[in-house]
Amino acid sequence: MGLERAFADEPAFVPYLAAGDPNYEDSLAYVEALAEGGADVIELGLPFSEPIAEGKTIQDAIVRSLESGMTPDRFFEFVEDLDVDVPLVCMTYYNLIYQYGSEEGPRPFVEKAADVGIEGFVVPDLPAEEAGPLREACDEFGLDLVFIVAPTTRGERLERMMEQVSGYVYVQARLGVTGARDDVDDATEDSLARLSDWDVPKAVGFGIKTGDHAEEIVASGADGVIVGSALVDIVAEGYERGDPTGEIADELEQLARELKQGALRGAQNRPQPERT
Amino acid sequence: MSTDDAHDPKFGEYGGQYVPEALMPAIEELADAYGRYVLENEDGFMDEFRERLADFGGRPTPLQYAEQLSARYDTDVYLKREDLLHGGAHKLNNALGQVLLAKYMGKERIIAETGAGQHGTATAMAAAHLDMPCEIYMGETDIARQRPNVFRMKINGAEVNPVTVGRGTLKEAISETMRDWATTVENTHYVIGSIVGPHPFPKMVRDFQAVISEEAREQAIEETGGLPDSVVACAGGGSNTMGAFAEFVGDSSVDLVAVEAGGSSLTVDEAKGVAPNSATLSTGDEGVLHGARTKLLQDSDGQIMESHSVSAGLDYAGVGPELAHLVDEGRVTPANVDDEAALEAFHRLSQDEGVIPALETAHAFGYLERVAGTATDGRAAEPRDEHHDELGDTVVVNVSGRGDKDLETVIEETSKRDLSIAPDMSILNRVGGGGI
Repeated sequence: MGLERAFADEPAFVPYLAAGDPNYEDSLAYVEALAEGGADVIELGLPFSEPIAEGKTIQDAIVRSLESGMTPDRFFEFVEDLDVDVPLVCMTYYNLIYQYGSEEGPRPFVEKAADVGIEGFVVPDLPAEEAGPLREACDEFGLDLVFIVAPTTRGERLERMMEQVSGYVYVQARLGVTGARDDVDDATEDSLARLSDWDVPKAVGFGIKTGDHAEEIVASGADGVIVGSALVDIVAEGYERGDPTGEIADELEQLARELKQGALRGAQNRPQPERT
Repeated sequence: MSTDDAHDPKFGEYGGQYVPEALMPAIEELADAYGRYVLENEDGFMDEFRERLADFGGRPTPLQYAEQLSARYDTDVYLKREDLLHGGAHKLNNALGQVLLAKYMGKERIIAETGAGQHGTATAMAAAHLDMPCEIYMGETDIARQRPNVFRMKINGAEVNPVTVGRGTLKEAISETMRDWATTVENTHYVIGSIVGPHPFPKMVRDFQAVISEEAREQAIEETGGLPDSVVACAGGGSNTMGAFAEFVGDSSVDLVAVEAGGSSLTVDEAKGVAPNSATLSTGDEGVLHGARTKLLQDSDGQIMESHSVSAGLDYAGVGPELAHLVDEGRVTPANVDDEAALEAFHRLSQDEGVIPALETAHAFGYLERVAGTATDGRAAEPRDEHHDELGDTVVVNVSGRGDKDLETVIEETSKRDLSIAPDMSILNRVGGGGI
């Protein structure tokens, strides 16, 4: 399957934005700016009214997006309207996937997502135990299903996830909800160590904000960095100040570049593993 | 205990564990603790729980014959007086059970959500009683309409954290408590307040609340010589409901009626994402919310609706997965009573029986009036000769809580409506200002 290719040659930079934040048109420009800035995969949030895994920053983004009229069908149009040459992953909650279309279960949503060019899913409220039907639909349409490994995930749970994951694994760098932080948590290295024998790329997210964070994370063995809240903050602050769309897009592109460069530096500082 | 497999996370197609990965290990740990301590009484857990329910909680609560209502409805009406439990509602059964379980599990901190504040109050009391630090998440709207319970929580030493997102009611409070738990899961137990959430919560909370029907069933046999023909309880998330039903589910002769909040209307405003009711069992459809697959109030995309009820404790867009399952199976009959009928029933029970019920509870009595009321006063429903088909000769109503917390709301909401049964409150205006 496809998403692994984005991690093949160098560490990947995987940004997140909520589609439609703060409105449809501006959001298109922002996502395109991330691609310009060097994104290797883009996680696009389809907003759900009860985002239990998100911190305040992304909750607010979700509210802005919903209020500007985002729906699953608008989301699919959004993906079609995007002018980017980067693989796209849909990040959303299970109820929206489950309810879509006339037929019960996740299949119609996955079919439509595949149709507009989505290549994979991250579903924060769908643990491996409940993921069977979605995994099946993803297989049918050739999409990846990314799972989140938490600092608390160990033993049997890891194995259950390993059986179902594809594309990349989302390594949650710390406990809690999404949100930019000022440091890198020690839990990251432990989590990466637990996954050392997985052959799927490992992308670390939760709390990453600067190029230096990205460097540190990649140097400790990650194949990619996922950054959401720090980017959403730029959108939120620009929106509140009433900045022109172009300025906000430039700022996003700049941070994207910094994060990608950080990741690349991290790869050079990595303790050289035996490459097979 | 109920006959289902306690380790099966599902009720038919409902239930399950739809939560962020970070919480899964805690939920697995809890499922293990539930199996050992609650189901197998390891280390005498259940013995200590029952003892504390008696000494601290005041169990058993009476099953009281309601003379005036029995005459009014020409049916023997019995009240299961959970309003007499410590704290004034059934909520302590569950809160005490979970806080004690957290102690047995070695957890150091308690968090909980609350809607009406009854669960928060019960949790704060149980945490103080068992010497555990406690934080309660409560929506801003609910803080405003349930002030007495905010005072009680604070006075018992709990922190009350206001939740400002969304409409600021129970749904948002649950989401926010789950976020706290995802951060603090290693030393913290989340005392969920109803039979909702991921497995094992729905089964465990039901088992803690099942003491209601366990007592009521024995008391009914003792006092009436047999089983009741029906059991009526209000339903929001459904913990008092399943508590009142659990031991009767196997008695096929006993009708079980879950009365939801009809709010101001059963019609949904899809454009605004608002359902002006909380009638999930009657009007909701299947989806996934707060860790479980269940019946929900949602729009056609799957976004969760803002529910409404005059009663904060019923104001929730979901319902326990076990109740959803029992409704689909035809074992539980869903019904709903609107804001006005609930307010009327509130005043009737207060005046006729000297019992001031919680607004949640009043919905159950609104149902009695609707199926068995006679047009003797106000806008009571048309007489129904066949009401014995609905209630039978003996009905048990679960008085899930007392209404002290609701007095401000009741006076305000009553004054907006022309309810002939309502007392004249103009004295309050004459003496000027001030609330309750």
